Amino acid sequence: MGLFDFIRKGLSKTREKLVSGLRAVLPFGRKIDEDLLDELYVAMLAGDIGPATADRLQDEIRAAWKAGKLSEAQEILAFLKDTIAGTWTSGDRQLARAESGPTVIFVVGINGSGKTTSVAKLCQFLRARGDSVLLGACDTFRAAAIDQLTIWAERLGVDIVKHQPGSDPAAVAFDACEAGLARGVDTILIDTAGRLHTQDHLMAELNKIQRVVQKKIPAAPHEVLLVLDATIGQNAVNQARSFAEAVDVSGLFVAKLDGSAKGGIVVSIHDQLAIPVKFIGLGETPEDIRPFDPGEFVEALFESEPEEVNK
Amino acid sequence: MFETLSDKLGGIFGGLRGRGKITEANVQEAMRQVRTALLEADVNVEVARDFVKRCQEAALGQEVIKTLKPDQVMIKVVHDQLVELMGPIESRIPFVSQPPTVILMAGLQGSGKTTTCAKLARYCQMRGKKPILVAADLKRPAAIDQLEVLGKQLNVPVHTERDHQNPVKVCRNAVHAARKSDRDVVILDTAGRLAIDDELMSEVSQVANATRPHQIYLVLDAMTGQDAVATAKAFDARLELDGAILTKFDSDTRGGAALSVKAVTGKPIKFIGVGEKLEALEEFHPERVAGRILGMGDVVTLVEKAHETMDAEQAQKAQEKMAKGTLGLDDFLSQLEGFRKMGPMKQVLKMIPGMGDALKNVDLPESELNRFKGIIHSMTPKERANPDRIEASRRRRIAKGCGCEPQEVSALVKQFLNMRPLMKMMAGGGIGDRMAAMQSLGNMGQLQAGQVPKIARGSTKYDPRKADKIRKKRKRSRRRK
Repeated sequence: MGLFDFIRKGLSKTREKLVSGLRAVLPFGRKIDEDLLDELYVAMLAGDIGPATADRLQDEIRAAWKAGKLSEAQEILAFLKDTIAGTWTSGDRQLARAESGPTVIFVVGINGSGKTTSVAKLCQFLRARGDSVLLGACDTFRAAAIDQLTIWAERLGVDIVKHQPGSDPAAVAFDACEAGLARGVDTILIDTAGRLHTQDHLMAELNKIQRVVQKKIPAAPHEVLLVLDATIGQNAVNQARSFAEAVDVSGLFVAKLDGSAKGGIVVSIHDQLAIPVKFIGLGETPEDIRPFDPGEFVEALFESEPEEVNK
Repeated sequence: MFETLSDKLGGIFGGLRGRGKITEANVQEAMRQVRTALLEADVNVEVARDFVKRCQEAALGQEVIKTLKPDQVMIKVVHDQLVELMGPIESRIPFVSQPPTVILMAGLQGSGKTTTCAKLARYCQMRGKKPILVAADLKRPAAIDQLEVLGKQLNVPVHTERDHQNPVKVCRNAVHAARKSDRDVVILDTAGRLAIDDELMSEVSQVANATRPHQIYLVLDAMTGQDAVATAKAFDARLELDGAILTKFDSDTRGGAALSVKAVTGKPIKFIGVGEKLEALEEFHPERVAGRILGMGDVVTLVEKAHETMDAEQAQKAQEKMAKGTLGLDDFLSQLEGFRKMGPMKQVLKMIPGMGDALKNVDLPESELNRFKGIIHSMTPKERANPDRIEASRRRRIAKGCGCEPQEVSALVKQFLNMRPLMKMMAGGGIGDRMAAMQSLGNMGQLQAGQVPKIARGSTKYDPRKADKIRKKRKRSRRRK
């Protein structure tokens, strides 16, 4: 299965929901009018493209319509596709690398967004390209989170630095960096505890981990990946914003994009925040990770033959 | 980003206020705003559409036309409709007369099933039950360990079969074992699964067939977007849910998913998870979530929180002093401390009606409070009791003591003296006065020293009689327990 097929399959649910929703309001031959634009707006919201982004897209369609570029409903889909694909800047979606020594990557996110699984996926991804990886189990809060990461480390055959449950996550991160330096690994992946972006003290803790790690590796973290659950609705934008306030979030990892109807949120996040989406997670095994490619994503999102969906 | 629905409706009808005339077009515009507010709160599109229709009918029946404050009436209509749609609820778990009561928990990955299982076990424990947790999540690494750790924290046994691969067998064995033991509630923690994953969905229905659970709960992340409905429907079709538990409600989500789930499946929300600790499980109250969806406040929770965290005796003393207008800085400090215990400033203030989203971008003086504390600690007890006695020389001394400028000391004192009459009002007046005072207190942080805060009177966003009723009802039900 090619890469394109893979993403398309993962996004089949999304496409079904979003595009068929759009299609329903865009019958062939219908003339564009304000009513249609309103229905279109609702259809976009139903696909989890948030109000702000849907507003903007609606405005652009209206402008194109007023300018005489669009007149009938069936032209809108193609126009939307171009508009959305056009917004993705070719910004750097590569993982950052340290100039010398190990690259430190923080993986952060709210509870249950899929951080630990995403860490395993990243680990697999990095190993596949030949990096040596060390894991730091800094989720010392949730019961058995350390065990979960340990199991992954064993399965993937990488080293892990861990402490007792309940210990200071910053200390674990520090030790992980020390071990990483000593062993000369390429990448240190730090798995942090889930925290709701509204919990100020936990966001401060994140900040502390960063400060402590910098004592060992001054340029760290080279990359802070925020893991977002794709099934989350408009709150995802809030989350990204709050996390970015506490630490320099350098990229997003959109997890659980398979089987959910939520591709729209990716459009929304990309539109409203300057943080690039770097990876998407599309399944449960460590291999189910793909670097985000906007062209492919939009292509898959608006792919027009529904018959091969799901099957 | 979010403008509250109340503001928007106020905008639409504001110009008409007093003239008492509303056209059909106005109502329709208002309904569009209602719909947008619902969608912003992640309420399902279909549900929002139906809901708006119902509101429109209800609004016309209410003779909105004649009222003086049409925007407020509209809000009330919408709010009531929301409450009606989400309620009535029965959050108690119906334990069966012949134990054990078997409860099956299902949901998506990362929705919070395992934690919620433990919370539910604690809930049962508090009601004199002897629960047992069953680790039937054999998929996620260390899920069994997680449940065991949580069980240990609660002193609740955990049934595990580590070498089994089949959750159906594990669950069946667990229920059998529970029948023979003294355990009267069995909570099955199943693996997370996507609603579209046929294989796993039939596995969970097999578990249900094998164990015949008395209650089946869907655990759903309160932040779930438009997909909530599809998920709830799919699980309901397979499992015939008895209710849902919404987790992570302590985030800043509007909780529109709650409305969608109830509207589509007809199954009630039983509980909400409001924190990471195991005691953070609350019964679901539709009126609170309604307020949240609309971006209004949540006074009832605020008052309850205050009761929980503030030292009753101290509060009584402070209240007396407040009523007399002799409150000192000492008391003020302990009040502030109590206030802070209720949670982050921003979150607490958000519960005050009308403040909700106005605060979204306001930086609240959390650190300011620390500074206040420093300044007050540098005063002598006498100065604290009578802040009006602080003159230039004392001011300089205090400033030196806490490392700030004398102006800051005088600003604090002035603010405090301005606040005293407000506090008096809060302590003495009716609930309407209190709320008004609270609101202006909330604004305090942004005030310039010496400026007298404005008091917004007669806010009708909040219906004191109704809150009283709710509170009384809850008191009664608590007594019954």
